[in-house]
Formats: sequence, structure tokens, C-alpha cells
Amino acid sequence: MSVGDILFWIVGLMTALCAVMVVVTQHIVRCAIWLLFTLAGTAGLFFLLGLDFLGATQLFVYVGGTLVLVIFGVMLTATGPFLQLRAGAGEWAIAIIVGLLLYGLIALSWLFADWSKLPESALPDDPRQMYHTEQLGRALLGDTSVQPASELAGVPGSLGAADKASGKLQEPPKRQASAFLLPFEIVSVHLLVVLIGAAYLARAKRKRVVVAPRESL
Amino acid sequence: MNNVGLTQYLLIGAVLFVSGVVCMAIKRNAIGVLMGVELVLNGATVNFAAFARFHDAFRVEGQIFALFTIVLAAAEAAIALAIVLNFYNNYLTVDVDSAEELRG
Repeated sequence: MSVGDILFWIVGLMTALCAVMVVVTQHIVRCAIWLLFTLAGTAGLFFLLGLDFLGATQLFVYVGGTLVLVIFGVMLTATGPFLQLRAGAGEWAIAIIVGLLLYGLIALSWLFADWSKLPESALPDDPRQMYHTEQLGRALLGDTSVQPASELAGVPGSLGAADKASGKLQEPPKRQASAFLLPFEIVSVHLLVVLIGAAYLARAKRKRVVVAPRESL
Repeated sequence: MNNVGLTQYLLIGAVLFVSGVVCMAIKRNAIGVLMGVELVLNGATVNFAAFARFHDAFRVEGQIFALFTIVLAAAEAAIALAIVLNFYNNYLTVDVDSAEELRG
């Protein structure tokens, strides 16, 4: 086993354990702390995979943003310092059984899956060969040269684009490479809509009850 | 177990996914349910990242879809927390079992 493998087992098992603890813990603040470790462990897995930009984004957005939001939600909705909403023992039993069955199903399907049906992988076994920030940014902005073989998502690359030299429309190529400009724009607009919607939903409402004027001493 | 490959990462992602599903089902605190959703989305992100690493055909797609998942999860958390806060303002509880006004 190489150092990377040992690191994977340490980080991966820690992440899995913390995820289970999120479910088991009753106290909601402790849940949030276990969730923090889970998200950080996931970021560690991304770093181990060689996906440095993804890991950094996970740390920034999840651990820095979403989790702080969740903890603020806990603080704003707690009616007491040790508020506990417990599920019954029967519910726990059903949940454990269903969870184990579901995990067994997924794990079996992964273990017996035949990945050789996928397109031939020519990836060298070195995380440093992964695509990094520059290639990701170019793919997001519509550079079709980054991803030659993909037809999963996105807009056609240079369909109908005017040829600069001759000034007339180019013949669209037979097979278009995809880029992610359109999903990128949709996500941007989606974030704006979410921002407005969240501000609208969570705005401070005017109290209808008028407080009686305090009596003069 | 032999060398760490695609399957090992997928198994860790499955642990996150199943924990999230059970968390969503069993928590009575609405924010706990929200944490379950985050766990499920994280499991999906781990799968995307693993495929981005171990299969050439998903080299860019895996990372970009994982990025989209993270962004959409953040948006979802913001909206869901706004709804939970609204519910708390109206009912003074975050117990999902007491949200039964719309029950058919």
C-alpha cells in the first residue's frame, strides 16, 4: 500500500464515520459539528483525487458558507439550549434496517459493476495529470478544445459562428464538442433568483401586535 | 482490499448517501433534515469526483458537474433555511411533524 492509499483509508473512513455520527447524534449543534468534519473530509478526498480546485471550492462554499448558514439557522430557531427532538425506538429500528439494506444494495451493485464497458481510459495513474483550474475555466467559458469527445451537456461549440476571414457563416461540423457555457449561465441566473427569493422569504416581518406604551414611572 | 480505485471511492460516497437518506427520514428537526440533504448531495459529489479521476471520458464533466452540485446545494440550503425560519416564526417550532396544515 502506498502513502496515498493509507491516506485514503484514513480520510475516507473518518468521513464515513462522521457521516454516520451526523445521523446518530441527537443534539442538533453536535450534528452540525459532525457535518463540518464530514464536509472537510470530503474536501480531503477531493485533494487525494488530485482535484484541487474542487476541493478548494468544497472548503469555501460548504465549510465556509453553507455550514455557517446552517449553524445560524440552528441559533435562530432554538427554543432552548438543549432542545432535543427524539425519534422513537421503533423508528430507529426501521431506519437502521432500511439504511443497511440500501447500503448493501448500493455496495453490491458497485462491487459487481463492470466498468470496462465505459470508454477506454487513457488516464495516466498520476493525480498531477488531472485537469486544473485553467482547463476548468476554459471549459466553463465555452472553449471546446478542452473536451474533444464529450456530448453530455452544453451548447454546440461554434455552430453558425461567422468566419472572421471570409465573413460568411461556417459550415457546422459534423460532430460538435460540448462546452458548459449555457449551464454556467443558467447556474448564474439561478443563484441570482435564489438570492432574491431567500431575501424575500426570510425578511423581517412587521409585527402586527402593537406593543402597549410603557407606563410612566 | 487491493489498490484504491474507483470502487473504494464509490463505497465511501455510498456511505454518505445512505447516511443522508436515513438522516432525512429520521430527524424531526427541520434543520437536521436539511443536513441529510447536504449529506446526500456530498455523496453524489464524491461519485462525480471519483469518475472524473478514474475515467478519461468524464475528466472535465465530473469536475464541472461536481461544481454545479456544490453551487446548487448552497442555493438549496439558503432557500430551505429561509423556509424553516418562516415556519419557526409562525409556529415557534422546527419539528417537521407539526407541519401538518397542508396535509390532505
